[in-house]
Amino acid sequence: MKLVIAIIQPDKLEEIKEELYRSEINLITVSEVLGHGRQKGVTEFYRGAKETGNLLRKIRIEIAVNDTFLEPAIKAIVAGAKTGETGDGKIFVLDMKECVRIRTEERGSTAIG
Amino acid sequence: MNSGDTAWVLISSALVMLMTPGLAFFYGGMVRKKNVLSILMQCFIVLCLLSVQWVLYGYSISFAPGDGFWGGFKWAGLAGVGLEPYADYSATIPHQAFMIFQAMFAIITPALILGAFAERMKFSAFLAFILLWVTFVYGPVCHWVWGMGGWLRKLGALDFAGGTVVHINAGIAALATAIAIGRRKNLEKNVPTPHNMPFVVLGTALLWFGWFGFNAGSALAANGLAVNAFVVTNTAAAAAGLSWAFIEWIKNGKPTVLGVASGAVAGLVAITPAAGFVSVIPAIFIGLLVSLFCFVFVSEVKRKFAYDDSLDAFGVHCVGGVWGALATGLFASKAVNPAGADGLFFGNPQQFLVQIAAVAVTLVYSFAVSMVIYKIVDSVMGVRVGEKEESIGLDLTQHHERAYTILE
Repeated sequence: MKLVIAIIQPDKLEEIKEELYRSEINLITVSEVLGHGRQKGVTEFYRGAKETGNLLRKIRIEIAVNDTFLEPAIKAIVAGAKTGETGDGKIFVLDMKECVRIRTEERGSTAIG
Repeated sequence: MNSGDTAWVLISSALVMLMTPGLAFFYGGMVRKKNVLSILMQCFIVLCLLSVQWVLYGYSISFAPGDGFWGGFKWAGLAGVGLEPYADYSATIPHQAFMIFQAMFAIITPALILGAFAERMKFSAFLAFILLWVTFVYGPVCHWVWGMGGWLRKLGALDFAGGTVVHINAGIAALATAIAIGRRKNLEKNVPTPHNMPFVVLGTALLWFGWFGFNAGSALAANGLAVNAFVVTNTAAAAAGLSWAFIEWIKNGKPTVLGVASGAVAGLVAITPAAGFVSVIPAIFIGLLVSLFCFVFVSEVKRKFAYDDSLDAFGVHCVGGVWGALATGLFASKAVNPAGADGLFFGNPQQFLVQIAAVAVTLVYSFAVSMVIYKIVDSVMGVRVGEKEESIGLDLTQHHERAYTILE
């Protein structure tokens, strides 16, 4: 079992969701986050006070998958998010120790899907 | 000079002023949160820019006694526009009261257009476009319909508070700019949803409130005609809000908040030219039907022809304005306003034809000149922001600010 975390551009979310559905991955969690990578964010001004290197809005996606779905999940995220420009984002893959479906108390890989 | 009339026109001017910030919230709630400040900013800067433009030369080209097409610069800098009444426009209030009332109309009209190109226009190009537009589109059309000697006024076209001058004029310019600037990036995959519906409702409420000044103030007196305009304005807005909700309920299964708000605004648009010429039962018909026409345009026609009129400036203001202008030609009655005319349903088909002519002239002139102005601005400075700026949003890229923080 793996936990896939992806940080992506906000306007790419819909395309990534479509790609994931196409790979029959229907369970995702999405949150709004702030961050910047090599592009160093933006400059803001408030009554003349300058703030540089501020953070930009990003979307963080979390998907728990069984091992067989790992590559399809990564491919789907890349297919939806890649433009080739700086700032397309990152995908992190973590080993996942346990998964519990609260309703039935099932555990492990049967609880994921 | 009449103190009651003067007081009412000054209060009405303040009410109409409030409509522009109201519109800012109405539109601002409908865009994505990365662009809300750009909408508020565009509305607010129009208030600043055109308040100055109007006293310098805007009022003169619209209202000075020039020829049938252009007022000229005789009243530039408000030369000769004093504190005594100018009887040709309003015999009972100071000339400057009439001037400042009209200023608020000149401010909100170009602000209406920005709904069409929301989320993708450069701020510098916006300023240039708006200044040219009020000079070469609003100024002349206002003169034709309302100015002394204006040729549409002589023709007998009825436009009580600005259905043609304000709503058709801005609405068709909105269509021209939406076509010219093109669709927002990635629109099919990434359908933009309103980021703050409570703002939309707040904006609608402020518009409705301000519209009492817009329509009832257009009587330019605290009299029975103002009361008629007030009552039919409220009635038509209410009927249209109800109508839109029920259309959605039947068609889509649930009535929406955005639908009722859109309906109310469409009703206010439609009653604007008719407010001083029709009675209350026709106002209900005008309101009920305008939602049907606007609904078809914003949900069907827009999709079919794939123009990105982002916030439906054309679909509500032009469509609603055309219906209102034509409905005035149907329902107008001299029993309401002896200074007006009878419409088709009161035995005067000629009036309906005059209304069609005024609508057609405004549609053609405003569409064509708006398109030319857009192309000129585009060739000089480029109108549309870059793809990356559009993606990050106009608040950060055009103004170096953001509306909301996530942290703190």
